[in-house]
Amino acid sequence: MSDHVVSLPAIGGAGGLEAYGPSGPKPRHTFSRRNIFLYGTLIVVALYYLLPLYVMVVTSLKGMPEIRLGNIFSPPMEITFEPWVKAWSSACTGLNCDGLSRGFWNSVRITIPSVILSIALASVNGYALANWRFKGADTFFIILIVGAFIPYQVMIYPIVIILREVGLYGSLSGLVIVHSIFGMPILTLLFRNYFTSMPEELFRAARVDGAGFWGIYFRIMLPMSLPIFVVAIILQVTGIWNDFLFGVVYTRPDTYPMTVQLNNIVNSVQGVKEYNVNMAATILTGLVPLIVYFLSGKLFVRGIAAGAVKG
Amino acid sequence: MNANGSVEVNGSSGANGTSVSIQNLSLNFGAISVLQTLNLDVAEGEFIVLLGPSGCGKSTLLNCIAGLLDVSEGRIFIKGKNVTWEEPKDRGIGMVFQSYALYPQMTVEKNLSFGLRVAGLAKDEIAKRIARAAEILQIEPLLHRKPAALSGGQRQRVAIGRALVRDVDVFLFDEPLSNLDAKLRAELRVEIKLLHRKLENTMIYVTHDQIEAMTLADRIAVMKGGVIQQLDAPQTIYNRPVNRFVAGFLGSPAMNFLDGRLEQADGDWHFVAEDVRIPLATYAFEKDPVPGPAVFGIRPEHVAFNSGTGWPFAATASVEVVEPMGSDTLVWLKLGGQNFTVRVTAERTPNNAEAVGIGFDPMRASLFDAATGNRL
Repeated sequence: MSDHVVSLPAIGGAGGLEAYGPSGPKPRHTFSRRNIFLYGTLIVVALYYLLPLYVMVVTSLKGMPEIRLGNIFSPPMEITFEPWVKAWSSACTGLNCDGLSRGFWNSVRITIPSVILSIALASVNGYALANWRFKGADTFFIILIVGAFIPYQVMIYPIVIILREVGLYGSLSGLVIVHSIFGMPILTLLFRNYFTSMPEELFRAARVDGAGFWGIYFRIMLPMSLPIFVVAIILQVTGIWNDFLFGVVYTRPDTYPMTVQLNNIVNSVQGVKEYNVNMAATILTGLVPLIVYFLSGKLFVRGIAAGAVKG
Repeated sequence: MNANGSVEVNGSSGANGTSVSIQNLSLNFGAISVLQTLNLDVAEGEFIVLLGPSGCGKSTLLNCIAGLLDVSEGRIFIKGKNVTWEEPKDRGIGMVFQSYALYPQMTVEKNLSFGLRVAGLAKDEIAKRIARAAEILQIEPLLHRKPAALSGGQRQRVAIGRALVRDVDVFLFDEPLSNLDAKLRAELRVEIKLLHRKLENTMIYVTHDQIEAMTLADRIAVMKGGVIQQLDAPQTIYNRPVNRFVAGFLGSPAMNFLDGRLEQADGDWHFVAEDVRIPLATYAFEKDPVPGPAVFGIRPEHVAFNSGTGWPFAATASVEVVEPMGSDTLVWLKLGGQNFTVRVTAERTPNNAEAVGIGFDPMRASLFDAATGNRL
C-alpha cells in the first residue's frame, strides 16, 4: 500500500503543477486532423446531395428564355413564380388542364383514410399477436410476414379482378383498401415487436384488474405506444403519398393521385419541355413527405431506436 | 415427494376453513411438464410461501391460481368456489408483481383505481377505498405522482395498494421484493408481515429468498421440479428437512454434508467417514436404519467451537480458511477428509492453521439416504 504514495505540493508552490504531468480535462483542438477529416467528409456529402435540389429550386424560378442559355447552376437573373402557379393550377395532364391541384386533393383523400385504416388494423393485429397468444398465432404471423416479401407486381392483376368484381375498381375507396392491405405486413411486424417489448407483467396486472381485450388496448397499451404510432404514421404517409404504381393502376384519370399527375406533366411528349414548370411540380409533389420529415424527424429516430433496442 | 398425496389443512394460524385449495393440478407446456399433480390447501388467513430455485414452477403455480395461465389438469378452489375456468378478475384475488407493473401513464391514484373503474364502482366508493389503502400503506403524499417519479420501495407499496383496494380474500405476491436493494427489502418485509397481521387475509407469496420465506411464512412449501418437496412450518423445515435438497436449499451458510456409511457395532449405530465415527444414539431415526452409504448433514451454527469435550461427538481439526462476516465468522475445516464449516462468534475468530476443537450433538443433525436423498 505504501509504495505509491505521492506527496502533493501546495498549489502554486515551487516547481508548479506541470512537473506532475496532465491534470484536469484534456485540451481539444478545433482544427485537429480528426475534425478536418470528419467535417470535410460531411460537408462534401451534404453538398453532393443538396446540389440537385439547388438546381431544381433555381430552375423553377427562371423563365424559359433564361433556361435556354444553359447555365443550370447560375442563380436566376429575374425571379418569376409563374412556373409554380402554372404547375399548381393550369398545367395540362392528359385531358385536364387544371394543374396539380386536382391530384393534390386526390392524394389527400387517398392518404388520410389509408393511413388511419392501415394503422388501426395493424396496431390491433400486432397487439393481439403479442399479448393474446391465440392458437395458431405463430402460423398467422409467419404468413403475414411472408406477404411482405412477395413483389407487389405479382398481385396487381388479381387485385384488379377482385376490385372489379366487388365494384370498387377505379374508385378512391378501392385504392384505400389496397394501400391498407399492403401496409399490413410491415406495420403488424412493427407493432407486434413494440408490444412484445413491453413488460408482460403490465398486461397481467391489467387482466387481474379486470380489463378485457379492448380495455387493455385502449387504456394501457395505446397511451404507452406514442413513439411507434409516430413511426407508423411517417412510414405510411410518405409511402402512400409517394406511391405511383397502385395509383396509376387502380384509379381513373379524374382520380389520379399527385404522383401520377406529376408523371403525366413531366413525361408529356407534345409541345415544349417546360423545365421550370416540371421542376416546380416536382418540388410541390415532394413537399408533403418533406414537411412530415422535418416536423417529426426527432420523434421518428426516437421511435425507431426504441423499437430496435427493445424489440 | 410427500405432499403429493392430499395434504390436510393443519390449521397453523387460527384457521377456520380452507381459503385456497389446489387439487391434482398439472400444467404442461407441450411436452414439458411444469407442475405435476400438485395438491395444496391453504387455510384462511394463512401466510404461505412458495420457495424454490428458479425454474421450479413456483411462479407458474401462482399464475395458475391467479388465472393468468390455463391449467392442463386439476381444479382450483378459492373460498370453496371452483374457479378453474374463471377469469382473473372473478377469482377474488389481488396480485403484486416483481416488476411492480404499474401503469406508467397513470398517476398513483389512477393506478389504484383502475381496476375499480373497470368494474364500474361508484365514485365515492372508489375514493373511500383509495383513501383506506393509502392510509394503510402511507402513500397519501404520492397519490398525484406518476410511477416514474417514485422510488423502488414506493412503487412496490403502490403495487401492494392496487391489490389492497380490490378488497379481496387472497393476496398473491410474485417475488415482490426481488428488485429492491437489501436494506429496503428488509424494511418492506417487515411491512408485509405487519400488513398481514392487520388484514388477516390469506397470502400466497413466491420467493427464492430463504430469509423472506423463514421470516414471513406460517408454512413454507419448498418446491423443486414442479413438485412440493416439503410443506411445513419454517422451524420444522429448517430443523427437520425431509430430503437433502430441502436441507441444502435452506440455511445460509449452507448445511455441512459428509458422505460416509451407516454402521452398527454392539447394537449402537454410527456414521463413519474415514477416521470420523459419529455416534447416533441421540439421533431420532424416521425408520429403522440399515447399514450402507449415507449422508450426514449438520448446520454450521449447530457445531460448538472450542467448548470442551462434553459433546456426544468431539474432534480436533486445523483451520483452513477464515471468512469474517461482521456479526460472526465462518471457519472452514476438514473433517473426515471433507469440507466442514463452523459458525463462530466474531470475538472467537481463530487464526489460520490453528488447531481447534469442535463438537456437536447428532440430535440436531439430519441423515439422508445417499441414493434417494430422503431423510433417514
